[in-house]
Amino acid sequence: MAKVIVVTSGKGGVGKTTSSAAIGTGLALSGAKTVVIDFDIGLRNLDLIMGCERRVVYDLINVINGEANLQQALVKDKRTPGLFILPASQTRNKDALTKEGVEKVITDLKADGFEYIICDSPAGIEQGAMMALYFADEAIVTTNPEVSSVRDSDRITGMLSSKSLRSEQQLSPVKVHLLITRYCPERVQREEMLSIEDIDDLLGIDLVGVIPESQEVLNASNMGEPVILNTDSDAGKAYQDAVDRLMGIERELRFVKFEKKGFLSRLFGA
Amino acid sequence: MGLLQYFRKEAPKKGSAKLAKDRLQIIVAHEHSSAASPSYLPELQREIVAVIRKYMDISAQDVTCEFSDKAEDDISVLEVNVALPKNK
Ligand SMILES: Nc1ncnc2c1ncn2[C@@H]1O[C@H](COP(=O)(O)OP(=O)(O)OP(=O)(O)O)[C@@H](O)[C@H]1O
Ligand SMILES: [Mg+2]
Repeated sequence: MAKVIVVTSGKGGVGKTTSSAAIGTGLALSGAKTVVIDFDIGLRNLDLIMGCERRVVYDLINVINGEANLQQALVKDKRTPGLFILPASQTRNKDALTKEGVEKVITDLKADGFEYIICDSPAGIEQGAMMALYFADEAIVTTNPEVSSVRDSDRITGMLSSKSLRSEQQLSPVKVHLLITRYCPERVQREEMLSIEDIDDLLGIDLVGVIPESQEVLNASNMGEPVILNTDSDAGKAYQDAVDRLMGIERELRFVKFEKKGFLSRLFGA
Repeated sequence: MGLLQYFRKEAPKKGSAKLAKDRLQIIVAHEHSSAASPSYLPELQREIVAVIRKYMDISAQDVTCEFSDKAEDDISVLEVNVALPKNK
């Protein structure tokens, strides 16, 4: 059964697009045909993060308006087999995103054999964000350990349980996962930053992963290569763990404790 | 600058995460309870204003209706406040 997964947050700039690219890539690497749809109409970015910006011809709105068909608009990823992206429009306004239009695109993607349909939501709670979450079976609520992000995550979780197709039709509720990103174990240890436990207490959502704050994320976006492909980086490994958990494989949390480097390891750079 | 002061300045501020959590706990609980408030509340408020207006000169802002349904209480509360402007 195909799964529609929205990556959402309410608050902007918390790592939705980074996570959509990483998780989409990870799911495709597992052998499942996967598409990542950019719902950020007017501010497309997913293409850059995935490194396919020069091959974008048509976009989601063209498909909805019947100006291009799905096959013309889907951009095939060069590195990862079975991975596609459906870019957002750079020019239209977000009202072009209709419920019927999005529904048809998702139905057609399912008919085309896609197993995972990842929806990269824009920030906020307007049309674009509501359309990105409306058809979701599962949601990845991306949260930074910071007050406004946590509050917005709580709001968006409320929307998932009241404004989604599943809630309106009284189907089983959207399965909500918490993804904490930009986590700094060192600052948590100094009690300057909300801890995983704090966020868990506040939101009460099942944790699917914790991505540490990492330089490699910026590096990856500079190169247009989802960070999960950097298998040496902590962030890449943490995203891989999250993908595994999404697929039901148990993984212990990593990179969440601060280990003070001892004199010797500092000396030898361990 | 004295030596002690110097050290104090460098010492990390402990515990602002705790304050963040406390504040979030309050606001999140508040937002949940207001999200749970019945959809007829604004209409109810308008009608109450209309009824009182038959007898006195008040404005719409003088009436507030709040619904609370806290998990730890046995009952839900509908709180209606009417502020009466002093006769000028
Ligand atoms: N784990 C991380 N470590 C360091 N930087 C990160 C991490 N995750 C994301 N970032 C950085 O945060 C910024 C915002 O990331 P991203 O674009 O993925 O957020 P977004 O939620 O999609 O934003 P928007 O709401 O604008 O769509 C980027 O500069 C990205 O490199
Ligand atoms: Mg984004």
